[in-house]
Amino acid sequence: MITVLFFAKLSEQLGVRSLQVEWRQAQDTDQLFQYLTEYKAEWAVTLTSQPCLKAVNQAMVNNNIALKEGDEVAFFPPVTGG
Amino acid sequence: MISVQEQDFNQQVEYERLRCQSSIGAIVTFTGLVRDINDGHTVSDLSLEHYPGMTEKCLVDIVEKAKVRWNIIASTVIHRVGHLTINDQIVFVGIASQHRGDAFAACEFIMDYLKTEAPFWKKETMEGGETKWVDARESDQKTLSKWAL
Repeated sequence: MITVLFFAKLSEQLGVRSLQVEWRQAQDTDQLFQYLTEYKAEWAVTLTSQPCLKAVNQAMVNNNIALKEGDEVAFFPPVTGG
Repeated sequence: MISVQEQDFNQQVEYERLRCQSSIGAIVTFTGLVRDINDGHTVSDLSLEHYPGMTEKCLVDIVEKAKVRWNIIASTVIHRVGHLTINDQIVFVGIASQHRGDAFAACEFIMDYLKTEAPFWKKETMEGGETKWVDARESDQKTLSKWAL
């Protein structure tokens, strides 16, 4: 399984903080993102209408990368700390 | 020392912790506070969310990057999370170096990277109770270009 986490505004809008996705549905980050846009009717708009960053195993990733069983993938808005 | 915490911090205690070696000739500290006005509206409260685990790794990584570029004898980064109110302390960066140039530069570098890379998100409560997630500033991203090698 792949553990998917959402943070901040994105998690609020999707109404979920985490979910599990079978690895065969998400063999790389692009495939996972595509899967998520089809997960619920309104998710496509929420996920594609705003900047959305991603991290794999707690490291920021810009491009599409391969996933393996047990990976943790997080999606979140641009950060605003400090 | 790196800490992500709900509780407040004490400047003097952190300063004394940094003043730990005879070779230190300069300590620069920065403190970020909760401001009452943001993007033209009055803010009454702030809540800070983060990504536990990644946040700490990210802060360690930023400090390591700074250590490659400047002489850093001791460093402290503290970032608070949870519920904060006006004038509360949010973030502390303290750098102890042999000379002031390194301490100033490293402190600013760490803050600039923290603002654009560390997974923290601010949500403001405005006067009247309405809440709003703070949008990232393009200017923060642009600031990073000055550190390009």
